[in-house]
Amino acid sequence: MKELKIPLIKNGTVIDHITAGHAIKVLHILNIPQENTSIVSVAVNVKSRMGKKDIVKIENRELARKEVDKIALIAPKATINIIRNYTLTKKHRVELPNDLIGIVRCLNPTCISNNREPVESHFIVVDKETPRIKCHYCEREPDISQIELSKLF
Amino acid sequence: MNLKGKDIISIKDFSKSELDFILKYAKKMVPFAQGKNNTSLLQGKILSSLFFEPSTRTRLSFESAMSRLDGRIIGFADPTITSQKKGETLADTIRMADAYSDVIVLRHPLEGAARLAAEFANVPVLNAGDGAGRHPTQCLLDLFTILTEKKNIEGQNIVLLGDLKYGRTVHSLAYALSLYGADLTFVSPKSLQMPKEMVEECKNLGVTPASTTKLEKVINKADVIYVTRIQKERFPDPEEYSRVVGIYQMNASMLTNVKKDMIIMHPLPRVTEIAPDVDMTSHALYFKQAFNGIPVRMALLSLVTGVML
Repeated sequence: MKELKIPLIKNGTVIDHITAGHAIKVLHILNIPQENTSIVSVAVNVKSRMGKKDIVKIENRELARKEVDKIALIAPKATINIIRNYTLTKKHRVELPNDLIGIVRCLNPTCISNNREPVESHFIVVDKETPRIKCHYCEREPDISQIELSKLF
Repeated sequence: MNLKGKDIISIKDFSKSELDFILKYAKKMVPFAQGKNNTSLLQGKILSSLFFEPSTRTRLSFESAMSRLDGRIIGFADPTITSQKKGETLADTIRMADAYSDVIVLRHPLEGAARLAAEFANVPVLNAGDGAGRHPTQCLLDLFTILTEKKNIEGQNIVLLGDLKYGRTVHSLAYALSLYGADLTFVSPKSLQMPKEMVEECKNLGVTPASTTKLEKVINKADVIYVTRIQKERFPDPEEYSRVVGIYQMNASMLTNVKKDMIIMHPLPRVTEIAPDVDMTSHALYFKQAFNGIPVRMALLSLVTGVML
């Protein structure tokens, strides 16, 4: 019998197919471990058909849309699996929306969106598969790998 | 074509047919811009001219354009006399200008300021330069100048020279010239090369620009040389500026073997990149180019307010 590296969960979310080595970033996005009500299991560099991947299992928590959008930016091939009473009830691949509003702070210090103005940051998604985004205001394209998690709202 | 109420934020917001339409309409404005004919086209209309950054040509030509159309102008050229000094946001300043006028012209040091302004204004907003970002009316007057002098843009050998990294005019211009199918050559020091994403944009439009650091290699084949100033205020590092300032200086002796009808353009102000002895040659077109800002801006003011000739 195949040994499970991470135990099954009764209710919660399994984030599978996270780009290998990015599980820690996903935890940071989900404010774990500061948000300390859930039991979280993490597997890093798990072998899969597509090479290596990371997996995160969070008990008793389903993710908000904004959280999924952030994960899509750093792990575009991740899948979100909703578990209810040990049964997989919903599974979908993360997908970036056409616009990211209030999710990433623009890296350009001279962009008006970083000034004290009553607007949320706004990025247009140029490429959803290999994520590329462009600031709606200054039109600069940040290198996604350069976006520090502190730039995520 | 109806451009009433349209914001003019980035040249990329326009299709080629819209650009053609604007440029054709601008030609009709020339006799009015020269003062040969008079018009009261925008009588009763008010322009808010909001300049948060220094400007000579852009501000004066917008104000001249509005005056030539018999419209009125309110605004400022020195933001220190406004409520911005008290901490007012740009959004609130724009809300006020929106209530007081029929069209807003904005220059601001921060990139994306005009896009933001357009979100808070009901009246059309014309971007007169937002930091190191976009300057679409300059781009339109550059296209107008080349079209007027050369009759077409496609296939013209156009050299963009100087600061291609920080210079805002050349980014929009390279895009627009590619849209028209020009042959582009970029000449700049290695540290001030055209950003990769801009080169990609040209390629996506079917133009593969050549690139060199040596003007002498390309000067004799050029139909148009577009010279830019190396702008001290755009450099994050003063050391980087001191290494490249004065690297290209055009003078009359360099023009011996150039094409007879080659034209030299410059968005101005110039410092040392074009010597005064070039002014007297038939190649110098930068002052005429600066004049062309008036008919182009008259055309835009007329089109976006929806009151046309």
